[in-house]
Amino acid sequence: MKLTVGGLNSHYGPAHILFDIALEVGDGEVVALLGRNGAGKSTTFRSIVGLVAQRSGRIVFEGKDVSARPTHEIVRGGLGYVPEERRIFTDLTVEENLEVGRQPKRPNAPYWTREKLFTLFPNLNEMRNRPGGRMSGGEQQMLTIARTLMGNPSLVLLDEPSEGLSPKIVEQMVDAILTMKKEGVSIVVSEQNLHFAKLISDRAYIIERGRICFGGTMAELDARPDIRDAHLSL
Amino acid sequence: MAFYVVQFLTGLASAASLFLVASGLSIIFGVTRIVNFAHGAFYMVGAYIAFTLTDRLSGAFGFWGGIVVAALAVALIGVLVEMVLLRRIYHAPELFQLLATFGLTLMVEDLVVLIWGPDDLLGRRAPGFKGAVDFFGQNIPSYDLFLIVLGPVVLGILWLLFQRTRWGVLVRAATQDRDMVAALGVNQKWLFTSVFAVGVFLAALGGALQIPRDAVHHAMDLRIIVEVFVVVVIGGLGSIVGAFVAAVLVSELNAFGILIFPKISIILVFLVMAVVLIVRPWGLFGRPEAPARRTPGLTVNPWRPLTSNERLASLAALGVAAALPLFAGNYALTVGSEIAIFVIFAVSLHFLMAVGGLASFGHAAYFGLGAYGVAFLAKMAGLPMIVCLLLGPLLGCLGAAVFGFFAVQLSGVYFAMLTLAFAQIVWSIAFQWVSVTGGDNGILGVWPEKWAASPSHFYWLALGVATLVTIALRIAVFSPFGYALRATRDSALRSEAIGINVKRMQWTAFVIAGTTAGIGGALFAYLKGSVFPDNLGISLSVDALVMVLLGGVETVSGAVIGAIVYKALNIWLVSQTDLSKLVLGAFIVLIVVVFPKGIVGMLEMLAQRRKGSSPPGSTLLAKPIGPAE
Repeated sequence: MKLTVGGLNSHYGPAHILFDIALEVGDGEVVALLGRNGAGKSTTFRSIVGLVAQRSGRIVFEGKDVSARPTHEIVRGGLGYVPEERRIFTDLTVEENLEVGRQPKRPNAPYWTREKLFTLFPNLNEMRNRPGGRMSGGEQQMLTIARTLMGNPSLVLLDEPSEGLSPKIVEQMVDAILTMKKEGVSIVVSEQNLHFAKLISDRAYIIERGRICFGGTMAELDARPDIRDAHLSL
Repeated sequence: MAFYVVQFLTGLASAASLFLVASGLSIIFGVTRIVNFAHGAFYMVGAYIAFTLTDRLSGAFGFWGGIVVAALAVALIGVLVEMVLLRRIYHAPELFQLLATFGLTLMVEDLVVLIWGPDDLLGRRAPGFKGAVDFFGQNIPSYDLFLIVLGPVVLGILWLLFQRTRWGVLVRAATQDRDMVAALGVNQKWLFTSVFAVGVFLAALGGALQIPRDAVHHAMDLRIIVEVFVVVVIGGLGSIVGAFVAAVLVSELNAFGILIFPKISIILVFLVMAVVLIVRPWGLFGRPEAPARRTPGLTVNPWRPLTSNERLASLAALGVAAALPLFAGNYALTVGSEIAIFVIFAVSLHFLMAVGGLASFGHAAYFGLGAYGVAFLAKMAGLPMIVCLLLGPLLGCLGAAVFGFFAVQLSGVYFAMLTLAFAQIVWSIAFQWVSVTGGDNGILGVWPEKWAASPSHFYWLALGVATLVTIALRIAVFSPFGYALRATRDSALRSEAIGINVKRMQWTAFVIAGTTAGIGGALFAYLKGSVFPDNLGISLSVDALVMVLLGGVETVSGAVIGAIVYKALNIWLVSQTDLSKLVLGAFIVLIVVVFPKGIVGMLEMLAQRRKGSSPPGSTLLAKPIGPAE
């Protein structure tokens, strides 16, 4: 297993947000984390990379328990994170944004160079020296993924990559994610859009009110329209 | 004409050091969000160590090597400070960060006197730059020309460092979004430490480079930090180019201000700063800041008026205090009067900070203005004491109205820096305008009239006024005005949205606090029989801050207890040790790190615990509350 999460509980102040989250990601797998707005998808990701201070549980990445490690160590170990709000450095150019993400080559993960990423996201190639603040939402979304890939992760947590994008950009995003998968990156992608998730994922979990309420292959999910209708808004 | 050119070049040369220190402060603020008050102290230590090294080492290599080694050594001290102290307070409210680094400054001031002695030290001239260049009959020191070139060179090096190196890119990224940088695998801790080291290096280099121009002395830290605050307020905190432009501007204004207003040259700088603040409140090259993370005074325990039991207890305490003349001697009564006056002072600042959420670092200005007001009226107009006491504080009111108008345009650290700069300007006027204020000699012979002359009578007077002031401000807290003011403190945006004029509320609070401080100052003038520039100096402003903090900034009137405990301790301490600044500084750092709720805050917490209801936030530092916006 690439990543195993077990008994993950998270709090924001007095509010209990996540309840005993458990999920697994295999080598080279694309796993969707589906759920409505506020179900706990982003908090799950933030907890895994250590951005939520009050959390407990087991987070085993590549055989090592990283649940007590600080964020930057987890990320340096090869667990990449792409936040939902994109969080591009707006004052920095595209190339500088990529530079912030750069980490040394890792033996067991695909190696990304700037040039390789510019072929993956051709739009970015045309605006290498443009400040991040003067890019469209879709371009920013590509940049934030490229920036994380500069760290040569073996697994990436992608938080709602299709949110707010035009259908044309979403198509490019699907291609990019499939390319990442082909290169050997394991991916957990959180989504509200079941259609988008089906195009890229091998398996899916459904999260509702901070609890995992379904886990299985996409075919198994298709066979259970009741679950789909109860927990996902289409 | 040649004279003006030379004056201009002198200004440019002075700008070099100012730029180095200001850019260091800006870089540190950009990433860590800490306004490093101790920056002036690092500048000073840089000068002292460079003095020693250049004194011991000979030759050109010894001199220039000594300067660089001094700056590096101070940077190393900075790394230690960052790791031991700052890492503990990165998530604390801005006020606490400012205070902790100020406490550090106090400690350093005593330490340099311990190591290098209290006298001014004259450094070596720079080898190769000892002479002067003739310019149409006017002499320009060649070292000045070196500094004029150095400023832009450093600016260029910094630009390359930030644009062309990975470290620079990371720093710029962290300036914008620290957490995202960590989420990309960068160790923030070491990034912060390295940024702090670079900033401190620049400050120390600025100090070291001053030794061929100026004497090294143990008060140079406050002088530079005030100028640096003015520079970053004008240039925009976080902008290096802004720091450069503003450093040149301020230095030139100083150079030419002396020609126009020889006695009060600082007026010119003030006027320019005022104009900049009105046109661009975030400085020439800065950008609007997000609202403060957490304003002081914001509390999780709702405030309530005293219960009848608590009223009785307060009344009993007041009765005991009023009975003091029956059994205490004259010295104790004089100390008692002083404490009562400081209760007034502390309560006025507490009102501004706890209720208004505005942490003023220059509150002594209004205290001192009240004192000078009394002195002018009594000595020049010869008015009777009661009239002086009533009218004197109006000078504090006037000062607060003028400066407060500009100060409330800003918030958070900018507000703190600006109030400090204003106070220092008032201090400079009192110090320099000898014909009116008597300068350093002050105004003597302001004695109370017969009816208040005896220590017991004066004590009762001070105690009575302190009681009235405290009650009046408490009533204000629980009045509609108080509610509105607290609303602006908790969320300026939401207050605007329900129709509160936030700036006017804050301005009113500033004027109330300033006038109240003036009342304290007026009494203080009569207690001491004299008025000095120190009555509006920085150390007095900080005394007030510590009193408020000690009492508990989240309480309704903790400042009363804070003032009594602090002033009594302070008077005792000064009589016990020569190193009072060292002890006081350490005390401030200690409060901030381990005791941030203050005495009254602690008592309230204990009382609440005994009742069984667990307070939502156990300590302020451990669980910061999210911003109110």
